[in-house]
Amino acid sequence: MSENNFAFVSTSEKPQLPPPQGTTGAIGWVRENLFSSPLNTILTLLSIFAVYSTVPGVVNWAFVDSVWNANSLDECRALTENGACWAVIRERYHQFLFGFYPSELYWRPILAFVLLFLALVPALWDGMPKRGTALMASMAYPFVAFWLIWGGFGLEPVSSTKLGGLLLTMIIGVSGISFSLPIGIVLALSRSSNLPIVKSLAVIFIEFIRGVPLITLLFVAHVLLNYFLPKGVNFDIVLRVVIMVTFFASAYMAEVIRGGLAALPKGQYEAADALGLSYWQSMRLIILPQALKISIPGIVNTFIGLFKDTTLVLIIGLMDPLGLVAPTLADQRWNGIFVELYAFIAFMFFIFCFAMSRYSMYLERKLHTGHR
Amino acid sequence: MKKMILPVALGAAFAATALSAASAGTLEDVKERGKLRCAVSTGLAGFSYTDENGKWQGFDVDYCRAVAAAVLGDPDAVDFSPTTGKTRFTALASGEVDILSRNTTWTFSRDADLKFTFLGVSYYDGQGFMVKKSLGVASAKELDGATVCIQTGTTTELNLSDYFSANNMSYEPLSIETNTEGRANYLADACDVYTTDASGLAASRATFENADDHIVLPEIISKEPLGPLVRHGDDQWADIGRWVLNAMKIAEEKGITAANADDQAANSKDPEVKRLLGSSGEMGASLGLGNDFALVAIKAVGNYGEMFERHLGTQTKVNLARGLNATWTEGGLQYAPPFR
Repeated sequence: MSENNFAFVSTSEKPQLPPPQGTTGAIGWVRENLFSSPLNTILTLLSIFAVYSTVPGVVNWAFVDSVWNANSLDECRALTENGACWAVIRERYHQFLFGFYPSELYWRPILAFVLLFLALVPALWDGMPKRGTALMASMAYPFVAFWLIWGGFGLEPVSSTKLGGLLLTMIIGVSGISFSLPIGIVLALSRSSNLPIVKSLAVIFIEFIRGVPLITLLFVAHVLLNYFLPKGVNFDIVLRVVIMVTFFASAYMAEVIRGGLAALPKGQYEAADALGLSYWQSMRLIILPQALKISIPGIVNTFIGLFKDTTLVLIIGLMDPLGLVAPTLADQRWNGIFVELYAFIAFMFFIFCFAMSRYSMYLERKLHTGHR
Repeated sequence: MKKMILPVALGAAFAATALSAASAGTLEDVKERGKLRCAVSTGLAGFSYTDENGKWQGFDVDYCRAVAAAVLGDPDAVDFSPTTGKTRFTALASGEVDILSRNTTWTFSRDADLKFTFLGVSYYDGQGFMVKKSLGVASAKELDGATVCIQTGTTTELNLSDYFSANNMSYEPLSIETNTEGRANYLADACDVYTTDASGLAASRATFENADDHIVLPEIISKEPLGPLVRHGDDQWADIGRWVLNAMKIAEEKGITAANADDQAANSKDPEVKRLLGSSGEMGASLGLGNDFALVAIKAVGNYGEMFERHLGTQTKVNLARGLNATWTEGGLQYAPPFR
């Protein structure tokens, strides 16, 4: 082999040279991502300036100069020039969480909240052992929660006028979310059905509800039903609102899911027919699993929208977190404090909405089976 | 779909019964329930607010407590329903609450057309304007073309349009839902002028960081007699509400306070005081209440003057002088018919 014409043959790989300076590591990353073109450079500098000019001020306001211990806004103002007065939150956070729920009974909504997560586990985690049994147990959750929150049957009853704050948001939001999905699926299937009566009923319902603002429906719940129902019938205001919100969300949900149904190739339906599956079998085994997977972003979008829309109930005088701002401000000691209250409420809503959106991303990744 | 139709159809069938049933026997209903249901404002400084324990407090709220004390003997036996300007009348008309005590102006159409009975005037108010000093305006007559923050569904909205058209001026309304929202908009310069009842303006101004930068203009453009109200058709219930309010005014006139009420009931020689506090006569019984109903109410929340000073008076941040709301003996308008 050494008699070869080749002057030199390398018998091993040459050692790799380090990449050119400035293309790897921190500097490389910065160059590539932040200063790759004149436009990017300008945008980067502007962003740095924006962050620099706002963040220290906000941090100062919210943390450094803020006051946690005070009995009134005046005391806060005496203690700090331009810091946040979190003392109001410290004094009232339980109201923003529970409304006017009797404080010695707080364990009941807390227990209901904890049970909510237990009930959600089988619904959200499909790898759970004995999932079927657990799902059946979850079905009982709404009744247990209703019993815990409103009382009766051995627990001290609590009237709806005492409900408020995040508790009210959760009641309306969670029940709206959990009832609107099944109703929405049924409506979507009805709307794409071949049966004329079923189809037209679904169309009328969806178009009517979607054509009316949620505020109007809430006014109907508060005002009209009141006139219609006989005096002896105590049809709870929170219940009325939950029903209206559920109707509203179901109509939107139906359209989101119908979008998923429409996105499936016709071959899927035909394949199901060719296998000799009945309508319900083909829906359950072939169509819906795919359609729902496609619809996940839209479904979660509707959930998050619904959760935030619950704040509209303040217009009919229910004390959700935003509604509680008014009576807090009317207290002479805290009159004139706005930003802190709204910031706190925004923070509470962010936690829930962000969690929902993260879960939806996880679900999408998990269900991504590579058809697209 | 079926779900939508069913309640409406059922409701229509029951509508007639509902309206007639809602009008009779409020007192019996309240006693049977053991709770008075009272509609208050969702939040107005001095008139209704929540304290740190989530308990409703304020001038309007205390009136409800007085009624609850008179009827049920317990000032805390009240379920408060916070209502907005839009929902208050339907809440009362539909029978969802027994009494509405929510800084509501007594007007002809609310009395006759909406079919409510006003129980008297708990607070004489009037609509005013607040502007920033920097605007350089000294009179409401100079407000031509201004943007005005105005609460919808209230008498102030109508007064405003009357006043501006009477003075041949134009304005740009910025509709708001609550007092809080109005103040926030005003402070954020979304409107030049904030108009509402003068008491509300004073209360708002007192809480501004730089109260001196704002002035309340001298013009008061309307009469706003605020008072509690009930539905038409239950005169006994209306009488109870009216005479609880009157009892508190008489108590101030006669110098009966929460602290000395028991003593006065036992020892007073004044025949009207004795009748009022139930030590003589059968006055309460003719309302269907105990004879000491006024005594219980006064012991619970004090007389009219005490209630005023506690929530609205010059010692509070709302800082309102008695003005028109002094008793008639001191030059004000608060005048209760004789208790006999």
